[in-house]
Amino acid sequence: MIDLIWLIPLLPLVGFLINGIARNALPKSLVGVIGSGVVLVAFLLSCGVFATVYAARQVGADATFIQPIFEWISAGDLQISLSFLVDPLSAVMLLIVTGIGFLIHVYSVGYMMHDPGFAKFFAFLNLFVFFMLLLVLGSNYIVMFIGWEGVGLCSYLLIGFWFRNSSYVKAAKKAFVMNRIGDLGFLIAVFLIFATFGSLEFSTVFPQAAGMAVGDATLLLITLLLFVAATGKSAQIPLFTWLPDAMAGPTPVSALIHAATMVTAGIYMIARSNILFTLSPITLQIVAAVGICTALLAAAIAVTQNDIKKVLAYSTVSQLGYMFLGLGVGAFTGAFFHVLTHAFFKGLLFLGAGSVIHAMSDEQDMRRMGGLKKQLPVTYVTMLIGTVAISGIPPLSGFFSKDEILAHAFISNTALWILGVVGALLTSFYMFRMLFLTFFGKFRGSDTQADHLHESPMTMTMPLVALAILSALGGLLNVPSALGGGHALESFLAPVFEDSALQVEAVHLSHNTEYLLMGISAVGALIMAVVAYQQYVSKAVVPKSDEAQRRALSKLSYHKFYVDELYETLVVRPLNGLSGFFYRVVDKSIIDGIVNGSGKTIGETGKGLRLLQSGNVGFYIFFMVVAAVVLLAYGLLTFNR
Amino acid sequence: METIVQNIQGVPLNHYILFCSIIFTIGVIGVLTRRNVIIIMMSVELMLNAVNLLLTAFSAHSGDPAGQVFVFFIMALAAAEVAVGLAIIVMVYRNTRSVDINALNRLRG
Repeated sequence: MIDLIWLIPLLPLVGFLINGIARNALPKSLVGVIGSGVVLVAFLLSCGVFATVYAARQVGADATFIQPIFEWISAGDLQISLSFLVDPLSAVMLLIVTGIGFLIHVYSVGYMMHDPGFAKFFAFLNLFVFFMLLLVLGSNYIVMFIGWEGVGLCSYLLIGFWFRNSSYVKAAKKAFVMNRIGDLGFLIAVFLIFATFGSLEFSTVFPQAAGMAVGDATLLLITLLLFVAATGKSAQIPLFTWLPDAMAGPTPVSALIHAATMVTAGIYMIARSNILFTLSPITLQIVAAVGICTALLAAAIAVTQNDIKKVLAYSTVSQLGYMFLGLGVGAFTGAFFHVLTHAFFKGLLFLGAGSVIHAMSDEQDMRRMGGLKKQLPVTYVTMLIGTVAISGIPPLSGFFSKDEILAHAFISNTALWILGVVGALLTSFYMFRMLFLTFFGKFRGSDTQADHLHESPMTMTMPLVALAILSALGGLLNVPSALGGGHALESFLAPVFEDSALQVEAVHLSHNTEYLLMGISAVGALIMAVVAYQQYVSKAVVPKSDEAQRRALSKLSYHKFYVDELYETLVVRPLNGLSGFFYRVVDKSIIDGIVNGSGKTIGETGKGLRLLQSGNVGFYIFFMVVAAVVLLAYGLLTFNR
Repeated sequence: METIVQNIQGVPLNHYILFCSIIFTIGVIGVLTRRNVIIIMMSVELMLNAVNLLLTAFSAHSGDPAGQVFVFFIMALAAAEVAVGLAIIVMVYRNTRSVDINALNRLRG
């Protein structure tokens, strides 16, 4: 099975080519079958690969397989091959990407059915899966970087999928530009890694790095740059503002790219390079600080948003913040576990939101929803599961992963834990707020919307159900020992984080402390759910209209803490001014002046000389003779023996 | 052969130079002042032949046959030039019914 790794990324690429080239010739049904089919086959192959890795892990092997495809660049010391690496980490990621990718492809068949760009959409989705698999499977930083850039490209293409709407195009551009900032960090980090270790292969770099001293300055620089890259791709402070705007894309895109897979690439990359980060405690502290700040800021914004997708987008930013918090406190497994469960429940929530939007005739404002649970029973039940899961209420998946991160945060720093719990409470509140506003109370939309309400087709509800089951049971993958579990995921991933584990002394909480921590966050989440119920169901409060006066704090949150405006003033306007200056002065006056001036000079000279061409042959001859005489005179004067 | 060379060498070189200069200047003045194209062509021939004569004289005086080889080339060239030039004159005449140099004014750019 391991020999077939190359097929896993190749299949979506083939799907992309077929759907992309023959998009006008193929019927929609065939496009859907091809688009989903290639990902399904890739998923089955991934299952096989995973089974192999799992079997190897069962007997205690490292389960690391490298499959070289070809030598790509060979220049002096620089050897870069296109080769794939399968180890426990990438095996799990393979399952997430292809598995959830497949479900979302199936969902898209229903969701995008009436869109004229159906085939183009599937082509882009397939291309995305291809690049994501490249990112996950790359056995060196270059292949990873290609995937990294490629998913950014696909994200851009899909956010701007409805490119006739200029604000969507702007959102796509914003996402692309902000990602570029991070990508630059990645690129410089890659150069530094090559300069330091003389290779870009993970298998060469990491063992060398493991021998370096803790706090090494080069490592610090490399990890900081890698973290900059991660903040871009995974929407952390200061580069998070693109993700909420990215909701301009079709909802399946938000689910696949901006919740389940691409935005977790930053976490995957850091988890992959864990040894580099473990050896730079300063970077880890920054990662943790940025993570918790992002988690809190985004959660605070989500509390007052009224667009159902915006709530989920800020929630994603917030959950990604948790993952970075996990990485920062050294809970690599916990962070990765949260990637896994988050992919389940956030994918589910986005798809559910898509189903709601679909039923509401493209209405996204929760103030015009309400009481949808009768009309959309499947969507309601699945979204309820997703909400409970993300809120961290046991025994659904989010509880286990969030708790693991929080437990590690507690070991590292109590303040981090307190902030983390506050974020978790906010999470519970805004998620239940969204649920109640959407599904409870009276319907607040227009009559035409009410007539049109319907449960989504099977192609859309089946993925919801599948993801709901995963969200409900996903937590069982890594049950902590305090609850009688065996840390299955942790022991499975152990070889990947082996070097880091050697560096850090493992601290274990007593089971009683752990029960207490779990109790506080779980009970808190429940209380917040009840508060949300009081507010939005019992009192049936509907959020104010956009123009209404708000109190200071709520206004701040509603306007997203004015971060966009801040960037607008601090970065965008000065840059626009600068480029305006360069355009008007440097380009228009100086450069254009030189180019046009030389042309004009030659033209004017020609105009003057044209007058000599009088057509009078006698005149020509006269000049010829004069010239001959002048040349002769010159020859005579300069002639000396 | 010997005697011819001796005869040529019997005349001082300055005389040749003066004579050729006069013929050449006559050619130049002819070219400049006449308006009949055929006469201008003849004047050009005159200039060429003045040069030819001078080359021959130099050649004989310095005992170097290279000058005479030049002359042969110039004669061949002159023949070609006349062929082309006369053809042009014939065409001009057919078009304008005159061989006046000013008829070519319409070549003005």
